[in-house]
Amino acid sequence: MKKLAILGAMTVAGLSAGVVSAATLDDVKARGKLNCGVTTGLVGFAAPNANGEWEGFDVGVCRAVAAAVLGDPTAVEFVPTTGKTRFTALASGEIDMLARNTTWTFSRDVDLGFEFVGINYYDGQGFMVPKELGVSSAKELDGATVCIQTGTTTELNLADYFRKNNISYEPVPIETNAEAQPLYLEGACDVYTTDASGLAATRAAFENPGDHVVLPEIISKEPLGPLVRHGDNEWGDVVRWTLNALIAAEEYGVTSANVADMASAAGDSPEINRLLGTEGTLGAMLGLEPDWAVKAISAGGNYGELFEKNIGENTPIGLARGLNAQWTEGGLLYSPPFR
Amino acid sequence: MSTISDPPSGSFQLSMLINDTRYRSYTFQFIALILLILAFAYLGYNLLANLQAAGLNISYQFLGEPAGYDINQTLIPYTSQSSHWQASLVGVLNTLLVAFLGCLMATVIGVIVGVLRLSDNWLIRQLMSVYVEIFRNVPVLIWILIIMAVFIAVLPQPRDFRGDDPEATMFLNAFAFTGRGFYAPAPIFGPGSVAVIAVFLASIAGIFAFRNYAKKALYERGQLIPTFWPSLAIFFLPAITAYFIFGRPITLEYPELRGFNFQGGIFMRNSLIALWFALSIYTAAFIAENVRAGILAVSKGQTEAAASLGLRPGRIMNLVVLPQALRVIIPPLISQYLNLTKNSSLAIAVGYMDLTGTLGGITLNQTGRAIEAIFLLMLFYLAISLAISAIMNVYNNAVKLKER
Repeated sequence: MKKLAILGAMTVAGLSAGVVSAATLDDVKARGKLNCGVTTGLVGFAAPNANGEWEGFDVGVCRAVAAAVLGDPTAVEFVPTTGKTRFTALASGEIDMLARNTTWTFSRDVDLGFEFVGINYYDGQGFMVPKELGVSSAKELDGATVCIQTGTTTELNLADYFRKNNISYEPVPIETNAEAQPLYLEGACDVYTTDASGLAATRAAFENPGDHVVLPEIISKEPLGPLVRHGDNEWGDVVRWTLNALIAAEEYGVTSANVADMASAAGDSPEINRLLGTEGTLGAMLGLEPDWAVKAISAGGNYGELFEKNIGENTPIGLARGLNAQWTEGGLLYSPPFR
Repeated sequence: MSTISDPPSGSFQLSMLINDTRYRSYTFQFIALILLILAFAYLGYNLLANLQAAGLNISYQFLGEPAGYDINQTLIPYTSQSSHWQASLVGVLNTLLVAFLGCLMATVIGVIVGVLRLSDNWLIRQLMSVYVEIFRNVPVLIWILIIMAVFIAVLPQPRDFRGDDPEATMFLNAFAFTGRGFYAPAPIFGPGSVAVIAVFLASIAGIFAFRNYAKKALYERGQLIPTFWPSLAIFFLPAITAYFIFGRPITLEYPELRGFNFQGGIFMRNSLIALWFALSIYTAAFIAENVRAGILAVSKGQTEAAASLGLRPGRIMNLVVLPQALRVIIPPLISQYLNLTKNSSLAIAVGYMDLTGTLGGITLNQTGRAIEAIFLLMLFYLAISLAISAIMNVYNNAVKLKER
């Protein structure tokens, strides 16, 4: 009788275990809300504004996906995650997707069981030091105390870089960007290192940004992109092609201002027509409405608009497009064709 | 069920399992046991099934792979090329270090405060009450953060020591108190220093022997031999004499400002100091209450009897009250030590790389082996706690009331 009970329990367990891996797309639609993992606060990428609404470059991706799937860019539950908690949050299903300056690496993709759907920012690791130290190159940092966010690729790059150049340093591990700022400003560490975009965003929040310089060395490749769980390809496709739609929209000149016009009737360009759903059935193939991309683009604009609004040269963060320009303008952004 | 179904008398019926008070408790305990086993089996199976569904497995292979990250405070040799296991050991030692230092300081502060809370002086009594109430009732994490923040903000940074007219100077040209930590001269042991160390260790043994002799003299002959000054003399004089006889083999390496930081000497990081200090004063508040309870548990008649024999208050405390109070103090003291050790896992708040910071933090995150790392983490803490408990129980058995 005891055996029977255990067998019964195992069956129940087996059934309930199956439920967890159900299609995320259906879950999101049923819930009516997208759970999107973001940073705990990095101005320009993801941070709550004065009204408590999340905004930023990564937040824009979340909103675009929510708009494409649910038709409502505000139907997003933002879940702040630290460098340490982000992967557990995604793997456990607490969040549907992670858009949090996360570097696409081999082991994260293969071993941790995640699927990077694309790259929304090509970045590299840099160093920031106070100007008064008179340092002009990272190679002069022998013996320096370095503040670093734990649980990130930057931590490993840093160890590699200093080992390769045979110079010593003293790591000060900290958990979030917000904790790093006072330590760096009080002088508890000489150097703050993270992705160059993150340095720019952090420096922009300082009282006197001009007192600090970002050193010229970029010591790593940091392709940042949104990611989802491995094994749910339908959901992965939705996020991947939403990101591609934003990139393609910029290439084709579709903006949040003209998207409604262009989508009202089929135009001359077949590519744009397919993207905006006035021709073909791309939306249905994804399991979404035909005008999914229209909603995604209207949510916050195309890739270029998101960039300029949140982190571009006219914002306090002031990042140039650089590698993140369209391929037609010498950058690396290149969306596969919509057909 | 066979044990239960064996009836003591011949007329056992199945309904007796519920109705007979002799069997009822067994029945319910058995049901509870089965439910418990089922619950664990369910959780375990669910875990395995979900891991399999996600294409993951349980494997401890990552422990042998290179860690790839650096740790600032390492008590054993470690580089970023060492294994994750080595990194875990570095973390364990860092945990043990701060736990040991913390327990030591918490005990000293706790005993002093506990005794002073019973002082006849109104002001001291009230001050100690304020200390206990403030530190006991604010979460230790907040104390850690406050102390670290004050530390960094108040003390000068190494760059303030630079220049012709620096904002800060070294103390006695040997000690530097900076926001990054304390730098002190480090001893360098030259040839012949072994003899000096041997003499020093022998003199420590000598102090214990002398104190034993003094105790014996007191108990057997009632002869009071002063111990403080002689102990101090035994501690310093032979070692210093040996130091000069053997031609000053031990020299000091002074810290000096080179580049970004002070180099050389002994470096005690701000994170260690802040964590150590915060854990100590927090736990000391609890220990003070234990000590006060222990002292109050000794009947007042004992104090009065000792006083009527002509003993001074200090001697009454040391010879009559504290030895008896220890029996009451030690058991709760053990649990305070365990609390302090476990609270040290808050270390990451100030960037101290303890076990939770290495194995449960960076290793977990870089390898993604959350379940394995957490299991191992629990095992380590369990082992540490049980070891502390075992050691303290040996001590408790030594001081507890021996009944004949």
